[in-house]
Amino acid sequence: MRLVFEKSRPGQRAGRIPCPVDLAAAKLPGELLRRHPPRLPELPEVEIVRHFTELTARNFGIDTGFYPLGSCTMKHNPRVNERVAALPGFRDAHPLQEEEGAQGSLELMHHLQEMLAEITGLDAVSLQPAAGSQGELTGLMLMRAYFADRGEGETRRTIIVADTAHGTNPASVTMAGYELQKVETDPRGNIDLDDLRSRVDESTAGLMLTNPSTLGLFDEHIEEIAAIFHEAGGLLYYDGANLNAVCGISRPGDMGFDIVHINLHKTFSQPHGGGGPGGGPIAVRERLEPYLPVPAVVRDGERFHLDHDRPKSIGKVRAFTGPFGVFVRSYAFMLAWGKELRTMSEDAVLNANYLLARLKEAYDLPFDRLCMHEFVLSARGLKREHGVTALDVAKRLMDYGFHPPTIYFPLIVPEALMIEPTETETKETLDAFADAMLAIAREAAQEPETLKAAPHGRPVRRLDEVKAAKRAIVRYRFEDHPDLSGEQTASPEIQAPKGV
Amino acid sequence: MTYVSLTDGDREAMLEAIGVAGLDELFRDIPAGVRFDRELAFGAPLSEQEIVERLQGLADRNVHTGQEVSFLGAGVYDHYAPAVVDAILQRGEFLTAYTPYQPEMSQGVLQAIFEYQTVICELTGMDISNASGYDGTTVAADACYVAKHATGRQKIVLAETLNPQVRQVVKTYAPGFGMEVVEIPHRGGVTDADELRASAEDAACVIFQQPNFFGCLEAAPDLAAAANDAGALAVAHVDPISLGVLEAPGKYGCAIAIGEGQGAGNPLSYGGPHYGFLAAREEFTRRMPGRIVGETTDVAGERGYVLTLQTREQHIRREKATSNITTNQTLLALGGLIYLCWLGPEGLRELGETCMALSDHAKEQLSGSLLFSDQTTFKEFAIRAGRPAQEVVRAARAQGVHPGYPLGRDYEGLDDALLVAVTERRSIEDIERLVEALAA
Amino acid sequence: MAAQESYPDELLYHREHDWARIEGDEAVLGITWFAQDALGELVHFEPPGDGDPVAKDGIYGEVESVKAVSDLISPLSGDVLEVNQQVVDAPETVNEDPYGEGWLVRIRLADPAESGELLDAAAYRALLAEQ
Repeated sequence: MRLVFEKSRPGQRAGRIPCPVDLAAAKLPGELLRRHPPRLPELPEVEIVRHFTELTARNFGIDTGFYPLGSCTMKHNPRVNERVAALPGFRDAHPLQEEEGAQGSLELMHHLQEMLAEITGLDAVSLQPAAGSQGELTGLMLMRAYFADRGEGETRRTIIVADTAHGTNPASVTMAGYELQKVETDPRGNIDLDDLRSRVDESTAGLMLTNPSTLGLFDEHIEEIAAIFHEAGGLLYYDGANLNAVCGISRPGDMGFDIVHINLHKTFSQPHGGGGPGGGPIAVRERLEPYLPVPAVVRDGERFHLDHDRPKSIGKVRAFTGPFGVFVRSYAFMLAWGKELRTMSEDAVLNANYLLARLKEAYDLPFDRLCMHEFVLSARGLKREHGVTALDVAKRLMDYGFHPPTIYFPLIVPEALMIEPTETETKETLDAFADAMLAIAREAAQEPETLKAAPHGRPVRRLDEVKAAKRAIVRYRFEDHPDLSGEQTASPEIQAPKGV
Repeated sequence: MTYVSLTDGDREAMLEAIGVAGLDELFRDIPAGVRFDRELAFGAPLSEQEIVERLQGLADRNVHTGQEVSFLGAGVYDHYAPAVVDAILQRGEFLTAYTPYQPEMSQGVLQAIFEYQTVICELTGMDISNASGYDGTTVAADACYVAKHATGRQKIVLAETLNPQVRQVVKTYAPGFGMEVVEIPHRGGVTDADELRASAEDAACVIFQQPNFFGCLEAAPDLAAAANDAGALAVAHVDPISLGVLEAPGKYGCAIAIGEGQGAGNPLSYGGPHYGFLAAREEFTRRMPGRIVGETTDVAGERGYVLTLQTREQHIRREKATSNITTNQTLLALGGLIYLCWLGPEGLRELGETCMALSDHAKEQLSGSLLFSDQTTFKEFAIRAGRPAQEVVRAARAQGVHPGYPLGRDYEGLDDALLVAVTERRSIEDIERLVEALAA
Repeated sequence: MAAQESYPDELLYHREHDWARIEGDEAVLGITWFAQDALGELVHFEPPGDGDPVAKDGIYGEVESVKAVSDLISPLSGDVLEVNQQVVDAPETVNEDPYGEGWLVRIRLADPAESGELLDAAAYRALLAEQ
């Protein structure tokens, strides 16, 4: 398929700007003037629409089919959310206008904050962070501010992270200026308490944990973990990526966590958009409230205000009050559930356990327990006996019309397949997926070469990621654009990492 | 009921297949002490109709740009986004797709990001762009992180004429980076290059804005040269709408170009979601934060696109990653790409010229009130109203005109000053109404 | 085209899958077949600078494949004399010939006695068998 630049024809255009005819042209100092126009595509509107429509034919979304990426919570994105986000009162409201003109937005935000506080079991909420990983960083900044305020800023240098943690956790730790320590997982899938106790001391600022973990397992010792940290004077941070398992069933605040980030684009149905936007609001215990980003959304009787007078605030992590359009969608989603939100998590856990029951004979199960909203299988047996890897299973699933699950994560499970169905899938879809996974396990034994050459039915076959990394062609170079198709590709079998 | 898809019959059959007697058993690993055993304090579930009514009621309590003639800008703007943007963004294959980790399923998004990266490089004159950052403020923090590792220096220099929220976000991130922040005051609405050079002696980077927050045109090539002389990276925060008429930062010595993409294709939406862009010279490739899409071929020799240089990112490099960013603003960036395709190079130039011409016309009508009368401006300019800006705004809004941003919120001694933004959506008649509203 | 698995007897090995070839008061360093196989095809080598000190058990650089980054652990202490530019330009050389053309750095040894703490080929193979 051609790039939009390759379809461009000089002299074509789509848009027209209403230019007032009687206006004098503006004068710019010569040294600031653009010398060469940017090479934007020149196309009429019909060609623009066709180009992007052609792109959609090469893309798969939740609207297309089952999308069981672990820890991503790919649930259905209700269309009413799009309708309400587009209401002109929301869509065309300027964030810097005076508060009198933004009471609708402020009230929505305030109510959303209250709902998130109720779900998390915590006291105060900021909606400002733009994504989960920004929420993590904000939470760590709150910890810094808290300890600095208590005169412990110099001594508390370390954050402990589980070895099953998502990579954003350690990356956030470094960006916040902390040092990292990893704690191990025990054979039952819980945090190893002995390892944990050996690492916690007066230099510990806190723990970053998700519960259930990325293994889909609820840590049975969570109360003890919280006690270990609080006794040492540390704080607990909850990565909300897996919140879909426990809404209305167990609250991070009650588990002992002090700071929680929520992923609105996971648990609360904000569409993923191919990589964003998202929302990463944080909820905190009262003693951390003074440090929250500015401005805070506060209520005074029937009026809502932006409070900028927050001397202990860490500052701002993003412009304005956060990604408001995301709040509208999540808020609408939460109103649809109301007090029955618990059913969302119950069905998420039920769907995951059902799939687990159907698949655990054909694939290896690293942890023999009931799961929560997701579970991890290993293709290690297939690899040992037939040379078929998790990567091959994932590519073959595409031929069956499914998006693959997450592969090679968490790192502690070799040939990992992390599957999260979510609550919006029918039993028929779950059965079709399970049937496909079982068929693939049989194919691994009978015709492994079919798997190794998969996918067979997509617009492209397996792509040479080695070439991409070495050549680093990251923009169209017009006349100088290289033609890679003539070049020898790497060996047809693109290897997966063997478990580094 | 609501958004689940199981019948009671399904649930029974599934519990049996799992081998448990009831749903409660699935949660048996949760210790009793942390169970939530009351109902959530929310209302009853609402039907779709009720949701729309509730949200409409809230939206009706906002004032939006369709209801008043707005000259409010200050970082996000009332530019016209064509219908074709939403028509494409609402397609489920884009809207409901995840990050393209499985490239065979995601060639649509991957190619679109590649095209977006290309247009950003074209606008800014740079070699490499990422797939987007959260907004125009966080990309400034990202640029400082790149500069820190590229230069080994710990100081950040910010022009006071850089958007106040951008500066505030940089100051929030800097302590975690182990960096200190220094600001250079403006002189008559612009930045002095000699002062900048002196301040940048031991700086990792200097960030200035073009056009700046007051709408004034900086001597950007001189500022970049001053940063380079001092051994600091020159970082320009630029308005994409201006880049059809103003020179690209990559052509006048900048290492990194950043900015807020909202004006190019996204609605105001009370502050977000929008997208930030970040582009750099080739030598900073391995330090780039965020997702990057690269071109390659498949086993049959077909051209295709993949996320590349992933070893920079958090899911591989973890604590040594160039950033912790994962979910970014892809859909909004895609909106920017569609918008720029719709404009084309001629359209972008005309748009910039129109904004400038309209804005200059407004300045002429208000020539007695200009705060920085010596400066050339792009689409915004500052005026003094002679009385507290908040009062002026209130009075003007009562007449259906929003006259602009009260600069006293961010700058000392400017409590009677307003920042007036004139985009292509404003007409000559609108400007007359502004003048009247300000005179009243 | 990757090499066949081998662990030459004349080399000494570090348990983090790095090798050393002692040549008088100098040593040549690289990564073993096991390491390059685990990483997959290398796409980048981040070397130390000429003259930089390296410490036994310390990190002296990085290699990357598409999906993984690996620190290079020095088996011995010394100063960098030479970096293999061929690997910088074509990192896949390490996959093709990890002990020959795929050498990474040459160092001047600070303390030749350190080599006594390294594994010989047999001991290294035994270590791999336990993995």
